[in-house]
Amino acid sequence: MVMHDIARDNPNAIEARNMSVYYGSFRAVKSVSLAIEKNRITALIGPSGCGKSTVLRSFNRMNDLVPSARVEGEVLFHGENIYAPGVDPVNVRRRIGMVFQKPNPFPKSIYENVAYGPRINGWKLSKRQMDELVERSLRGAALWDEVKDKLNQNGLSLSGGQQQRLCIARALAVEPEVILMDEPCSALDPISTLKIEELMFELRKNYTIIIVTHNMQQASRASDYTAFFLMDSDRAGQLIEYGPTAQIFQNPKDERTEQYISGRFG
Amino acid sequence: MAVTDLRRQPNLVQAIGERIIQIILLVAASISVLTTAGIVFSLLSETIAFFNEVSIVEFLTETEWTPLFATKKFGIWPLASATFLTSAIAMLVAVPLGLIAAIFLSEFASDRIRRTVKPLLEILAGIPTVVYGYFALTFLTPLLRGFIPELSIFNSLSAGIVMGVMLIPFVASLSEDALSAVPNSLREAAYGLGSTRFEVATLVVTPAAISGIVASIVLAFSRAVGETMIVAIAAGQNPRLTLDPTVPVMTMTSYIVQVSLGDTPYGTIEYYTLYAVGFTLFIFTFVLNIFSYWMVRKFREVYD
Repeated sequence: MVMHDIARDNPNAIEARNMSVYYGSFRAVKSVSLAIEKNRITALIGPSGCGKSTVLRSFNRMNDLVPSARVEGEVLFHGENIYAPGVDPVNVRRRIGMVFQKPNPFPKSIYENVAYGPRINGWKLSKRQMDELVERSLRGAALWDEVKDKLNQNGLSLSGGQQQRLCIARALAVEPEVILMDEPCSALDPISTLKIEELMFELRKNYTIIIVTHNMQQASRASDYTAFFLMDSDRAGQLIEYGPTAQIFQNPKDERTEQYISGRFG
Repeated sequence: MAVTDLRRQPNLVQAIGERIIQIILLVAASISVLTTAGIVFSLLSETIAFFNEVSIVEFLTETEWTPLFATKKFGIWPLASATFLTSAIAMLVAVPLGLIAAIFLSEFASDRIRRTVKPLLEILAGIPTVVYGYFALTFLTPLLRGFIPELSIFNSLSAGIVMGVMLIPFVASLSEDALSAVPNSLREAAYGLGSTRFEVATLVVTPAAISGIVASIVLAFSRAVGETMIVAIAAGQNPRLTLDPTVPVMTMTSYIVQVSLGDTPYGTIEYYTLYAVGFTLFIFTFVLNIFSYWMVRKFREVYD
């Protein structure tokens, strides 16, 4: 698939235009328009069921795996709609990676976990190049020093926080442009959470990060932009307010945002 | 309320009732254990009687099996090789087809197709083996002779193939269970890295389910080893040491059928051969089951 970079200095990594997501006849997300800036961390927040995870999963067509799911509107990546006919979701996911709520390393060695993506994408790498890629990815995920002596151990033998960083390394290995993170710290202890947040700041230099989080403190301390979602009376998720994180948390324009971040509901 | 009210009030009827239920449950559980022990004991005692007359060295090194002839030879290998040959052919059929069916059902089929196909497949397991036996003898063998003219009427090839067909549902159903048990989070991880459906199925889900798949294969193999009717009907009654699938052979189970049918007097050496062969068969499947148990434990993946 050729993606035409129509605007090389386009500041946005991903842009949703009037995107609605349906599960069968149920509308889960209602015409969301949202432009995600490159090399920034954007947090999607809101109470349970507000559609923030659904929005995230629409950005790399993970919702395709749900048989009844359907997306209307556009999601632009390099100016091209990833839902246009003829677009292969496999190629989309290669360039827009994902880290999940629960660490889900493959039941393979640490090395093989990282090497999996490059292998299936048919990269012709020598043993040395692959070794280097694995090391670079593990360093990128701040895991190298902890695992360099046990690359052949099963990925599942690591602690929860290490497993999640392994999953990040695995995502980095295919050199995506955007990394979607779906509550990546919800299963982790505070110290592991802090490590992942520090890592996100590192990764921001080279990647665009979109993170769904339940944790208000996390959104306020670890993101550049924040999008606040809420469901309307039909239980469809809506984007209520979107802006720089500092503004959303200190000076929200919408009354509902203010109520939510001050802990009055959700 | 006083503390003493929390104490159990003596209730004789209830106490006796519970005791009786416990005893009934214990008896029920004991029956199967005792039966197994009884089978092993009777097998063992008659087998020992056999080995009092025939040396274990002859049993394991002689290449002919002629206990019903005037010159009696007692080498287990002709029977063991036939059992191995028919079982191996069956596995060549059952493993690939069963696995493909399992992967299709678990990873590719829609819910509706899975709900229709799986019960259909399990019907195969419900067909009596005697029907399979005559199917091999009267349908498959004549058909195969069109391609392999030198094929004997009784042969291990068609018996093995039909036995393999019988075992497809075992492999497919158990492997499908193992594949379906792989958590969806692993599939999502693989899709998230840009895997195709085929890559997810073959490179991630199947390796993650390998212990269950191997267990299903071992279970199918031990069924094949113990299978009696199909081989007795379609594979022949000629004990010979060969791995040629086109000629008549006699498996351990076929021999047991043959001797059990005749009027073999109690206490003769022919009678004891039944137990020696039966015991060998028992050892065979017992080892396979231990092996499969060990495989499942060793390779079981813990996802959480």
